[in-house]
Amino acid sequence: MKLQLNGAMIETQAKMLDGLLEEQGFTGAKIATAVNGEFVPASARATQSLSDGDLVEVLAPMQGG
Amino acid sequence: MRDFYGTTLANGFMLGTAQYPSPAILADAFRRSGASVATVSLRRESGQDRAGQDFWQMIRALDVHILPNTAGCHSVKEAVTTAHMAREVFDTKWIKLEVIGEEDTLQPDVFGLVEAARILTEDGFQVFPYTTEDLVVADRLLHAGCEVLMPWGAPIGSGLGLNNLFGLRAMRAHFPDVPLVIDAGLGLPSQAAQAMELGFDAVLLNTAVAKAGDPAGMAEAFATAIRAGQLAAAADPMEPRDMAAPSTPVIGKAFLS
Repeated sequence: MKLQLNGAMIETQAKMLDGLLEEQGFTGAKIATAVNGEFVPASARATQSLSDGDLVEVLAPMQGG
Repeated sequence: MRDFYGTTLANGFMLGTAQYPSPAILADAFRRSGASVATVSLRRESGQDRAGQDFWQMIRALDVHILPNTAGCHSVKEAVTTAHMAREVFDTKWIKLEVIGEEDTLQPDVFGLVEAARILTEDGFQVFPYTTEDLVVADRLLHAGCEVLMPWGAPIGSGLGLNNLFGLRAMRAHFPDVPLVIDAGLGLPSQAAQAMELGFDAVLLNTAVAKAGDPAGMAEAFATAIRAGQLAAAADPMEPRDMAAPSTPVIGKAFLS
């Protein structure tokens, strides 16, 4: 299926959010996730299913003021 | 020092982590500042370069309190969702709540701010709201559950100092028991000293240090000024007056004319 990861359209085989994160190189990373504007806690990634056209955000610590 | 949600800070210096010329200079600036709090943010991460992971390791090594922000959020929903993501990543209830209302001044949308503060407080967050010196808004924020207020000195990144001295002094007088932090707009250490002399509990700044020619040197200058201002406030400054009053005793002066 095709979905947007951090604003970029990608093709993925993953059905669940945790699978997508593993597929896209985020294994073990300090990140937080949201799907279609809703926060998905780490504990819910394995049960968060993905659909065609979903907007997935993966955020990490960054410089801030 | 007054405490912030039960945490007593070693000093009143909260320093941002953005815009430094390099990570090494950032770390050096923090060392010389002695700042007790570092503000951080969340941004999109790439699975290839994983830049955020290196940054996080460096920030952890600073051994300071972490205050994540919701910078760049313009709506209540965006700010609340960002706060939840920040709480998970940084493992802290603290959130520097920014709901931006206007692009030219980056001034807070105080209506959205109060609403987001209420939602987040109910969700167990400890909110540090970036607000204005408006007393009515401040009161609403306290009623929403905030136990700290962070009025701006001047627009973010402007370096203009304390734009509304009267308003800030009134705010300090009106909320004598609430921890107050000047957040944003400071450009020089003298302005930070002035904020502390007014009785504010801390200052939060970033650009003034990060964009100085020598960020680490400027960080130390701010630290010294903050300490001076804090000592001055504790020492109960004299009342200013319009007319001169001789400091040298007049009694015993020789008659020589």
